[in-house]
Amino acid sequence: MIRLDQLTKRYPGQETPAVDGIDLDVPEGEIVILVGPSGCGKTTTLEMINRLIEPTSGRIFLEGEDVTHVNADQLRRRMGYVIQQIGLFPHQTIAQNVATVPKMLDWDSPRIDERVDELLDLVGLDPGTYRDRYPKEMSGGQRQRVGVARAMAADPPVMLMDEPFGATDPITRERLQNEFLRIQDDIRKTIVFVTHDIDEAIKMGDRIAILREGSHIAQYDTPENILSDPANEFVEQFLGSGILLKRLNLTRIDEMGVTVDEWPTIDADTPTEQARERLRDAGQAHLLLLDRERRPERWISAHDLDQHRDLRTTGTPVEAAVDERSSLNDALQEMLLSANGVAVVVDRDGAYTGTVDLEAIAAAIREMRAAALEADGATTPEGP
Amino acid sequence: MSIAAGDVSRGSLRVARYVGVPVGVGIACLAMYVYVGSQELDSIEQRIINWGNVIRAAQEQISISLWATLLTLVIAVPIGIALTRPWARGITPYVIAVANIGQGFPAIGLLFGIYIWLTRNGARATIIGLTAYAILPVLRGTMVGLQQVDRGVIKSARGMGMSKAAVLFRVELPLSVPILLTGVRTALVLTVATSVLGAFIGAGTFGRFITAGQTQGRQLAVAVGALGAAVMAIMADWLAGIAEDLLRPKGL
Repeated sequence: MIRLDQLTKRYPGQETPAVDGIDLDVPEGEIVILVGPSGCGKTTTLEMINRLIEPTSGRIFLEGEDVTHVNADQLRRRMGYVIQQIGLFPHQTIAQNVATVPKMLDWDSPRIDERVDELLDLVGLDPGTYRDRYPKEMSGGQRQRVGVARAMAADPPVMLMDEPFGATDPITRERLQNEFLRIQDDIRKTIVFVTHDIDEAIKMGDRIAILREGSHIAQYDTPENILSDPANEFVEQFLGSGILLKRLNLTRIDEMGVTVDEWPTIDADTPTEQARERLRDAGQAHLLLLDRERRPERWISAHDLDQHRDLRTTGTPVEAAVDERSSLNDALQEMLLSANGVAVVVDRDGAYTGTVDLEAIAAAIREMRAAALEADGATTPEGP
Repeated sequence: MSIAAGDVSRGSLRVARYVGVPVGVGIACLAMYVYVGSQELDSIEQRIINWGNVIRAAQEQISISLWATLLTLVIAVPIGIALTRPWARGITPYVIAVANIGQGFPAIGLLFGIYIWLTRNGARATIIGLTAYAILPVLRGTMVGLQQVDRGVIKSARGMGMSKAAVLFRVELPLSVPILLTGVRTALVLTVATSVLGAFIGAGTFGRFITAGQTQGRQLAVAVGALGAAVMAIMADWLAGIAEDLLRPKGL
C-alpha cells in the first residue's frame, strides 16, 4: 500500500542524514508502528510520506503509484493526518473542523453534514451535542477524537498518526487506544503510527518497525515475533524489562485456551438446598449467580444462602468481567482485584463463559517462556 | 460556576464601557457648551469659537485620521504578512528597524519636513506623516498575531492538504485578528490624537482652536480645542473597542 524506497532526508549543514535510506513496506489494512528513541528520525520519516518534509532522495509509492513528485497538497488529501497537538481550528465549530477535507474536495453540503454526523458517532461523540461546539469547549480526550474524525473525514485509504494519543493522561489514552482499535477493526485503514512508547507500539501495532538513529530499521516484524525473538541487542534494550508481562498484553484469553469452566453457578430460581450442595461439592467460598441471559450478577457465599432472602439482593455484585478477547494482562488485573482470585470471562454478549485463575496464567507464562527459550536455542549456533 | 460569574462580570463591564464612555463624553461637552454660553465672548473669540468651526474641525480630523489609518493598514498588513513567511526571515529585522526610525522622529518635525519637501498640501502632508507613525504598531500587531498562531494548527492544516494561501487566509489571519486589531486600535488612537499637530501646517482639525487661541491669547479657544481633540481620541478608542469585540472570531 505504501512503499518507501531508499528514502533519505539530509539537512544542509548536518553531517549525518536525519533519515538514511529507509526501505519500508506497509501492507494494506495494517497498523505499522514506527517506534524508537527521540531523534531517531521516526517523525521525519512519517512527514516525508505526506511530503510535509520533502525527501532529499529516494522514492515514495502509494497504491503502486510513485508519488514522490506529484502535487503535495493533492497527495495529502488522500491521507488522513493526526498529530499529538491535534491542531483543531479554534475559530471553527467541530462540524466545520471535521468537514475540512470534504470541503476541499467539493462535496455537496448534505453529503458533508451526513458524513460529519456519521464520523462523530463513530468516535463516540453525540452529533446533536457536539456538532456546533468550539474546540475550547471540549476536553482533551474529546478533542483528540475530533482530530481522528477529521482525519478520516474523506475516507482516505491511508492515515498517518504522529503520537496521536501522546498528550492525554494515561486513563484517557488507554480508552482512546481501545476505541481506535475497535474502529480500525471495522474500517481497516492502512496506518503508519509514530510513537516513542514501546508499550503503545505493542498494543496498537500489527507490525512494528523499531528504528535507531538515522531511521535505520533495527527490526521490522509483528509484536509477537519481536517480543519472542529480538533481532539484536538494541531491540532487546529498547524493549526493556518485563518482556513476559508485555507478552501477557498481547495474548488474548480466548487464544490461549486458559479459560476454565469449573466455577459453581446458580440462577435466581435454583433451590437453596441444591445451591448449598453445589457450593460444598465445588469446595469454593462463593457461588456465581447468573441472570436469565447467563450474565454474571453476584457472588453468593454460604452465609448469604442462610439469609433465605432473594438471591438477587444478597451477596456481593460482580464488579467487572473481562471480555474473552481481552488480554491476559487485563485478566490478571481483574483477578488481583477480585475477592475470589479469579477473573470472570464473558463473551461478546456479556454471557458467562468461564473463569481464569492465577494458575492458568502461570501456565500460559511457562508456555511462552519455553517457546522463547526454544527460539533462543535456535539462534545460539550463530553466536560466538 | 466561577467561569460563568467571570463571564457575567466581564459582560456587564463591557456594557458599562459601551454606554459609560459616550455618556461621560456627552457630559463633558455639555459642560463646555454651558460654560461657553455663560461667557461674554469678544469679537475675536466669536470668530474662533462657533459651531461652523467645530463641525469643520471635526470633519477635518475624522477624514485625515481615516485616510491615514486606511493607508497604514494597506501598507503595514501586507508587509507584516510577508515578513512572517519563511522566505523573508532574513530581511525581517531590517524592515522593523526602518519602521522604528519612522517612529523615532519627533512628530512635529516629521510633519514640517513632509510639508516642506514632499507636498505643500497640509492635509496630505499630515496624512503621510501620521501613516509613517502608525505603521509600526500595525506591523507589529500583524506579525505578532501571525507568529502566535499555534504551530500544531498550521501543521495539521498543511497536513490535510490545504494550500499555503488557504492556510494564510482561512487559518492564520482569522486567528491573528484579535492581536492585529489591538495594533490597529493603538494606531488609530495615535493617529487621531496626533492629527491635531496638522493645524500647524494648515490641515485644520481641533488643533486650529489651539493654534488660533495661542497666537491671539484666547485661553477659552485653547480649552475648546483641547476638549475637542480629547473627545475625538476617546471616541475613536471607543469605536475601535466595539469593532474588536465584534470582529473577534467566535471560539477564541
